[in-house]
Amino acid sequence: MSEPVTSPVLDVRGLCVEFPGRHGTVAALSDVSLSIRPGEILGVVGESGAGKSMTGLAVQGLLEPPGRISGGEVWLSGRRIDQLSDKDMQSVRGRQIGAIFQDPLTSLNPLFTVGAQLVETIRLHLKLSKQGAKDRAIHLLKEVGIPAPEARFDHYPHQFSGGMRQRVVIALALAAEPKLIIADEPTTALDVSIQAQITSLLRRLCDDHGTSVMLVTHDMGVIAETADRVAVMYAGRLVEIGPVEEVLRNARHPYTRGLMGSIPALGRRVERLNQIDGSMPRLNAIPRGCAFNPRCPEAGRRCREDRPEPTPVGHGVSACWLNAGGVL
Amino acid sequence: MSDALTVNDLTCNFDVSAPWLNRVLERKPRQFVRAVDDISFTVPMGGCLSLVGESGCGKSTVARLVTGLYRASEGEVRFAPGRSGEPLSAQMIFQDPFASLNPRWRVKNIIAEPLRELKLRNSDAEVMERVGELLRIVGLAPSDGSKFPHEFSGGQRQRISIARALAGEPEFLVCDEPTSALDVSVQAQILNLMRKLQDEMGLTYLFISHDMSVVRHMSDRIAVMYLGRIVEEADTETLFANPRHPYTRLLLETIPDIAEPKRHRSITASEVPSPLNPPSGCTFHPRCPLADGRCKSERPAMRNFADGSRAACHRVEEAAVATAKAIQAA
Repeated sequence: MSEPVTSPVLDVRGLCVEFPGRHGTVAALSDVSLSIRPGEILGVVGESGAGKSMTGLAVQGLLEPPGRISGGEVWLSGRRIDQLSDKDMQSVRGRQIGAIFQDPLTSLNPLFTVGAQLVETIRLHLKLSKQGAKDRAIHLLKEVGIPAPEARFDHYPHQFSGGMRQRVVIALALAAEPKLIIADEPTTALDVSIQAQITSLLRRLCDDHGTSVMLVTHDMGVIAETADRVAVMYAGRLVEIGPVEEVLRNARHPYTRGLMGSIPALGRRVERLNQIDGSMPRLNAIPRGCAFNPRCPEAGRRCREDRPEPTPVGHGVSACWLNAGGVL
Repeated sequence: MSDALTVNDLTCNFDVSAPWLNRVLERKPRQFVRAVDDISFTVPMGGCLSLVGESGCGKSTVARLVTGLYRASEGEVRFAPGRSGEPLSAQMIFQDPFASLNPRWRVKNIIAEPLRELKLRNSDAEVMERVGELLRIVGLAPSDGSKFPHEFSGGQRQRISIARALAGEPEFLVCDEPTSALDVSVQAQILNLMRKLQDEMGLTYLFISHDMSVVRHMSDRIAVMYLGRIVEEADTETLFANPRHPYTRLLLETIPDIAEPKRHRSITASEVPSPLNPPSGCTFHPRCPLADGRCKSERPAMRNFADGSRAACHRVEEAAVATAKAIQAA
């Protein structure tokens, strides 16, 4: 590769996604900017409806019409991909961006053996003979930790357990050695002991191949153990982004702090959990000013009137008036 | 403290045989899954016992057996007499607040149904008054009663489920994964509400969850289940400080911890075997790092320990015996 190592694999600049509807246009994502460096795992967290999956889909060009990108740019390894035609985008998906979805049963075709599905994906993207593709498929199955890959090659998805199926999906995502994998809630449907296996597998693959991962999840624990940096989303916007240790220990945004406080800790027991009252606003009724202001314990006048822009703080970025000159 | 609920040698078999014609043509025998295998536990009055384990370990089946939604194959479920002298009445809160509320009913009718069905109030005006009161208790407005379930968020729906469960004036609540479908900030609201209700109304909880951190927050005592059996039971603090059974240790080891992330661990443990064909002896032996020949052939008995916990494991038992001998020798 000719480009310098520091240039990001994925660079999203000011991404906006909107859904036109009968009652006006709903902004699902507003001004989302993030980047992922080679070999880095970026965690994207937030509650349901915060726009974390939407970000992953928009990057892959998989928005369901009438949803569309209404602003911003998506750059993959120095190439702008948000304006590519469907046909060109198809060759980017799978080849350059791999995808792992939440439910491993629905992301595999139940009518074909996992071997056939792997070979199809490999031959679509790489110039390999049938035998070469089969060898690569078996190698991939082995790499993701499936015992007896030669025998499992001819099995159907229903013959695998949930954790093993998710491994097959990861093997599929890796098939063409993409630079970036977008993993959308890859462990949510799995038990904790299996979840730990899958997250450590992701980390290992990331280290071995230098693949970058965008890990979309609602589980702070998974982020803490897997990601290098984390982006926190709320109501379609980024509220905070920074190195994992910094965000976990010293969160700058009150929403992140609330989120961390509401997770029951393993180490100690408290009488009452720290709760964030209320719930996330619907996307068609986002309050003026900072979207979090009605639930924020530290909100001031400025928060109710002006929207805070993402500002650099420490090693990260946070969109809060507290870090940008006070709430008044 | 007396026991609110006593469960003795409870077993539940499900018939999962192929249809009759297939059995005859293919000469297959009948097949049973032993979803709950000979378990016993008690829940103290006003306390909270949690059942934890991975999917398919039988924890939800126990919840349904306790509330009488399934019939036990063997064993007994006995509730102690409550305030009225009758056995404690139990209600259940279900996991999915989207599936457990009738979408065609107004919320007030959903909550009023137990009141009307159990004839707890005489007139309709009294029923509606009570519905308003229940909505206030769970943190909603009485005016929300005229809305439909789809107008509420997940957390609010779970509040409605709790109000409906409370409508029957239960003294015992069985909560089957009440927060698994919710976001963490909303989960905290619901857990706080449940703790508050327990303190104010003196409720007893049987809490079912797969999330160790939630369980730690809610319960006084924890029973760990694996493939239909209880493998370890202990007070919450004891279990976390001193897990005995290798499976409990595996569970605790694999939970992501935000305070101390275990980023560089190697996980080798395999998966839960099929309950259709459980392993011989101790069902955990194929995944257990300490297993030997005895574990493969002999099912470990439950053993009580001095600190009030109990565990079913040959290795733990042998270690306890060795320590006792060493003390005797000294």
